[in-house]
Amino acid sequence: MAQRAAQTRRETLIAGMASFAAAAIAPSLALADAAAVEAEIKKLYGDRKAEAGRIKLDVPQIAENGLVVPINVEVESPMTAADHVKSVHVFADGNPLPGIVSYKFTPESGRAAASARMRLAQTQNIICIAEMADGKLFTAKSEVKVTIGGCGG
Amino acid sequence: MVSRREFIQAGLAGSALLAGSGLGSIGRLAAQQRLSEAELLRFEPLGNVTLIHVTDLHAQLVPVYFREPSINLGVGEAKGLVPHITGKDFLAHYNIPAGSPMAYALTSEDFAALARNYGRMGGFDRIARVIKGIRAERGDRCLLLDGGDTWTNSWTSLQTKAADVVEAMNLLKPDAMTGHWEFTLGAERVKEITDSLPFPFLAQNVRESEFEDRVFEPQKMFERGGVKVAVIGQAYPYTGIANPRWMFPKWTFSLKDDDVQKEVDAARAAGAQLVVLLSHNGFDIDRKMAGRVKGIDVILTAHTHDALPEAVQVGTTLLVATGSHGKFVSRLDLDVDRSGVKGFRYRLIPIFSDAITPDAEMAALVKKVRAPFEADLGRVLGKTDGLLYRRGNFQGSLDDVFTDAMLQVRDAEIALSPGVRWGGSLLPGQDITFEDVTNACALTYPNCYRTSMKGSQIKAILEDIGDNIFNPDPYAQGGGDMVRLGGLTFTVDPYQTSGRRISDLRLARNGQALDAGRDYTVAGWASINQATEGPPIWDVVGTYLQQKKVITPRPLDAVKVVGAG
Amino acid sequence: MSNKPTPRVRVPASAKKDEIIEIKTLISHEMESGQRRAADGKTIPRKIINTFTAAFNGKVFFEATWHPSVSANPYQSMFFRASESGEFAFSWKDDDGSVYESKAKLTVA
Repeated sequence: MAQRAAQTRRETLIAGMASFAAAAIAPSLALADAAAVEAEIKKLYGDRKAEAGRIKLDVPQIAENGLVVPINVEVESPMTAADHVKSVHVFADGNPLPGIVSYKFTPESGRAAASARMRLAQTQNIICIAEMADGKLFTAKSEVKVTIGGCGG
Repeated sequence: MVSRREFIQAGLAGSALLAGSGLGSIGRLAAQQRLSEAELLRFEPLGNVTLIHVTDLHAQLVPVYFREPSINLGVGEAKGLVPHITGKDFLAHYNIPAGSPMAYALTSEDFAALARNYGRMGGFDRIARVIKGIRAERGDRCLLLDGGDTWTNSWTSLQTKAADVVEAMNLLKPDAMTGHWEFTLGAERVKEITDSLPFPFLAQNVRESEFEDRVFEPQKMFERGGVKVAVIGQAYPYTGIANPRWMFPKWTFSLKDDDVQKEVDAARAAGAQLVVLLSHNGFDIDRKMAGRVKGIDVILTAHTHDALPEAVQVGTTLLVATGSHGKFVSRLDLDVDRSGVKGFRYRLIPIFSDAITPDAEMAALVKKVRAPFEADLGRVLGKTDGLLYRRGNFQGSLDDVFTDAMLQVRDAEIALSPGVRWGGSLLPGQDITFEDVTNACALTYPNCYRTSMKGSQIKAILEDIGDNIFNPDPYAQGGGDMVRLGGLTFTVDPYQTSGRRISDLRLARNGQALDAGRDYTVAGWASINQATEGPPIWDVVGTYLQQKKVITPRPLDAVKVVGAG
Repeated sequence: MSNKPTPRVRVPASAKKDEIIEIKTLISHEMESGQRRAADGKTIPRKIINTFTAAFNGKVFFEATWHPSVSANPYQSMFFRASESGEFAFSWKDDDGSVYESKAKLTVA
């Protein structure tokens, strides 16, 4: 066929819908899992229990780009000297390493809220844990889907 | 004798005569006589605001045949609900007689036969006529809103970088629009056009990716019929996933209830008595959003191409679904006072091109913008002896033409064709022109690649796309239909979880199971990756059609759907 | 690697007393994760910015520890309760010991 010869020309090997985000980030290393995240939290807080609530974890349900996934965390708190959020740790259970970011807040922060952007190797859970001035812990979890994309319409 | 006004009652059904007598007794002429423009436009006005909605025109300036899907599965909470009802079930649900004009317009039942009777639908000149008619009647109460997917996916639009459609739309004088495929013109061109539009391009969910600055106005307040109406724009939230992000690398899209709520609250604070979300989310996302964001009166839906003859109510929010390709114009009359919406009347107006007089000014403009391309558009590439269409969750006879073309012309073992929901239909016996082909593939990233993929990669792609369509949470759905496969057969269980939907992948030519570890030669088009190489898909399909001459569609049995949920 | 990381900060120039203001920061940096391999199969060594601090009139009010999963050209936003006029000092600490800084003045009316 006429176009057969043209095929010998070097054509891009980027497959149509197959740019796997994981390949861009971590081609060979084992990925973390839920247990790895639990172990990290245990390192920080031992056996102290964390409650659900107070945290608003804002991540997209589907990542637009696995290399740049926005994450906004806000913890409900008056942020006074007596009652404020001390720290927030963010983990992911499907990346090469479980840690994403850790924040230290002060009453001068005014609001215990911060936004950053992260790389996600695959569809996975984002877990965050917040420690209050009185030592109470709160936790929240949300899944982010990392997709190959394309074909929409 | 049944009087004329009964033939199309309240924008819904056909006549008892038509229903009772089946197809045999009506010819094309009789059918057209029963479709009078006056009846199509008949509407008992209500209240002080009229919303006119057009959407997903996909740059179709002239009338088309467009067959609605026979398979459009709903998952999760949407299972069994409109718009996930098709064919006879749809007709029964809305009490539409089989064989009636609305049965033809809204379903796939007897499509080829009814198409011969009722003719093509849409066309900017007919749409203009209908809109002018409504405006003449309703004066300053009207707001014309365009839901997007307007500027792209025709040959003339591709050649003029949408200048043809933009000029035609400007003549319709919309009050606002939002978008999705528009972005595939590239950020620079989109900005160039939107900066020059005589109306706002609204998109509260598009931000510059560094500091999250707004790219477009989020909303606009209008005063119509003495009512303050806020229109909030919501662009397709997954544009950056479904389409090539490299074409608008500095823009980021989002789907956030909180952001929409902020806009609604701001609109109310500014005195809005009526809040309209001009949305390109897609119907299922909009239905979910209507239950989560408080204070939206009307959502004008788009993207998923659903055409529903009645507005859907979620709490106090009305959802309108206007279909695609210019087949319909929605008219929603609202009675609004200080305390809100008191009443509404809705009609999905079918644009039967043989029954509606073309607006002369628009017809002249359409002729002018098409003139330089007429020779190309009319070039006959082949003929079909069966019905060719695209819509449906898994397969379309027109998609088979595309995948067969890629397998043959690109000498591939497997072909992938995107599950887009645009592209007209062709009737048995019809010539296939270059315009017909490009109406189904004119986009700005048309290269038909040829590459090698492992069996496991192909399975992963199918699972990924399957989850984009059948994830039970609409916010986790990426839109569109399933990727079309050439050279492969498979079984799909839409109600399974991600990674478990696709099974029994086999090569169509010999029935052999797809080998996860083997490399296969794969051809495809509409890759979202930059620098994809290969001839444009219309050349590939054109070459194939010229070799093949006559297309005989085969049974669509390559995908076996299992699982009742 | 060739370009020196450049910070960019968006902070209001003025605020009312006790107003809570949002601060947005960006810095150009590849954030090499230490988990990628070069064409020759060798792991590309980790080089990220590991700490970001925001201080006002010399007192740190927000600190972030960044791990290798933080995206290239890292973005960080945070809030601050304005109490008096003064100067912000933002700093980014690199794995290689470099510290990148940016300052901004705030007038409290």
